[in-house]
Amino acid sequence: MALERSEVEKIAHLARLGLNDDELPSTTTTLNNILGLIDQMQAVDTSGIEPLAHPLEATQRLRADSVTEQNQREAYQAIAPAVENGLYLVPKVIE
Amino acid sequence: MYQLTLAEIARALADKQFSSEELSRSLLARIKQLDPQLNSFITVTEELALEQARAADARRAAGENGALLGAPIGHKDLFCTQDVLTSCASKILQGFKAPYNATVVEKLNAAGTITLGKLNMDEFAMGSANESSHYGAVKNPWDTSRVPGGSSGGSAAAVAARLLPAATGTDTGGSIRQPAALTNLTGIKPTYGRVSRWGMIAYASSLDQGGPLARTAEDCALLLQAMAGFDPKDSTSVEQPVDDYLAALAQPLSGLRIGLPKEYFGAGLDARIGEKVMAVVEELKKLGATVKEISLPNMQHAIPAYYVIAPAEASSNLSRFDGVRFGYRCENPVNLEDLYKRSRGEGFGAEVKRRIMVGTYALSAGYYDAYYLKAQKIRRLIKNDFLKAFNEVDVILGPTTPNLAWKLGEKNADPVSAYLEDIYTITANLAGIPGLSMPAGFVDGLPVGVQLLGNYFQEGRLLNVAHQYQQVSDWHKQTPKGF
Repeated sequence: MALERSEVEKIAHLARLGLNDDELPSTTTTLNNILGLIDQMQAVDTSGIEPLAHPLEATQRLRADSVTEQNQREAYQAIAPAVENGLYLVPKVIE
Repeated sequence: MYQLTLAEIARALADKQFSSEELSRSLLARIKQLDPQLNSFITVTEELALEQARAADARRAAGENGALLGAPIGHKDLFCTQDVLTSCASKILQGFKAPYNATVVEKLNAAGTITLGKLNMDEFAMGSANESSHYGAVKNPWDTSRVPGGSSGGSAAAVAARLLPAATGTDTGGSIRQPAALTNLTGIKPTYGRVSRWGMIAYASSLDQGGPLARTAEDCALLLQAMAGFDPKDSTSVEQPVDDYLAALAQPLSGLRIGLPKEYFGAGLDARIGEKVMAVVEELKKLGATVKEISLPNMQHAIPAYYVIAPAEASSNLSRFDGVRFGYRCENPVNLEDLYKRSRGEGFGAEVKRRIMVGTYALSAGYYDAYYLKAQKIRRLIKNDFLKAFNEVDVILGPTTPNLAWKLGEKNADPVSAYLEDIYTITANLAGIPGLSMPAGFVDGLPVGVQLLGNYFQEGRLLNVAHQYQQVSDWHKQTPKGF
């Protein structure tokens, strides 16, 4: 099943990726080539096979509920594009 | 001095033939002189290096004698290094000076290594040619019109050109082993969970593993010994003691059972590479190994499964790059959605955008079972193939890559053709087993690599086989002309 340009635009929106109009045709072609490769999977018989999520079948480890991290706000905000009064700045979201 | 291995450097430093500061200064001068031909460094950390070298010399003067104390190395630019640019070779991490060190960096710093710089790579480790870097392509020192492999291409080129004795890398589908093969190095991808992923910027979390690239198996053992181990900060780190890799090196190979998967020697393999691999097998037989043919019937399904799992995990991992908390932000966003879309659209390169979109599609409503779940089932089939094989053999041996290093730009028009170059390496990531590539000779002046795969936590055995082979061969000692 080949993707249409409009579907590629929808995927880009879901991924919050701004694509230029001139990128769309080549992106559509390449994505369809990659999906063609991926679709080879459908020929494999996997009936009765359990999916493998972790190579060693490990489960999430739990730790004691104790404080392990110090406040690093200043260090982390020093590398942010825009901050003010300890807050990250973004364009206005509530009109 | 630049020809010395880590093991030789340790002896020379202990004998006071030179100081770590002298060695570091000499290599920094060499990087300045030669790296413009290769573009293997994104950042050279001269001040940090000299400070660390003086500290290492002081520790030696005070009586310490660690195997890596004062040894210069470089880090792939996806390991966070505190207060140093950590770019992942992406515009979106423009100006990102990491606020902390990756666990791997902390452990190597504690062992006394010197960081000479941060090494170029494919953007977010997505690539097999090191051509997708925002900082430009890396060239192969064996032929600067060719690619060094990827994604750890800067690490490989720098070590092959003797700008560094060794470097860190990461391997999600072959990104340590394939560049090692194309540049005549030894590199090992450990068992999933053996080396901490904390502070190692994530591409595909269920596949990523850090490891060393060096000129000998012995040097890989030295580095891996320091890098490996349980880390509570990494939720998938394995709570199991680390083997003594150095002690394992000396073990004789008599009785070693080698499996040759017939699928690794079929159509698609450059026959000249196949001959070099079989010559290595003959040498290992002389050292006492026995050989039998085995089958890994699901190998051919690995690439399609990988190109679901890796992009799916990447699309999730890379959602954190949004122009809000760090890195690149677009000019004058009109609203929050515009901020996200343009920061990401302008900040990510073409290959990264492709993989994010493939992953987003595979995980979107209605497609999960057909793609991600199906791929995870194939992943189990691949693991089962290996488990069956390791009932009969100790290591699996084959070519690391189907082809020699290709020309820069040759595979850019069709990304899928480059994906197929990882056919022999990708299965180890899907199964989570360790894999090593070592030099096996040259075809037309270009290096050939042989790959060894082992059962879970058999890193010591792989390093042992490679080390024993390197006692009776000298491919790994060959230096590219002009370097």
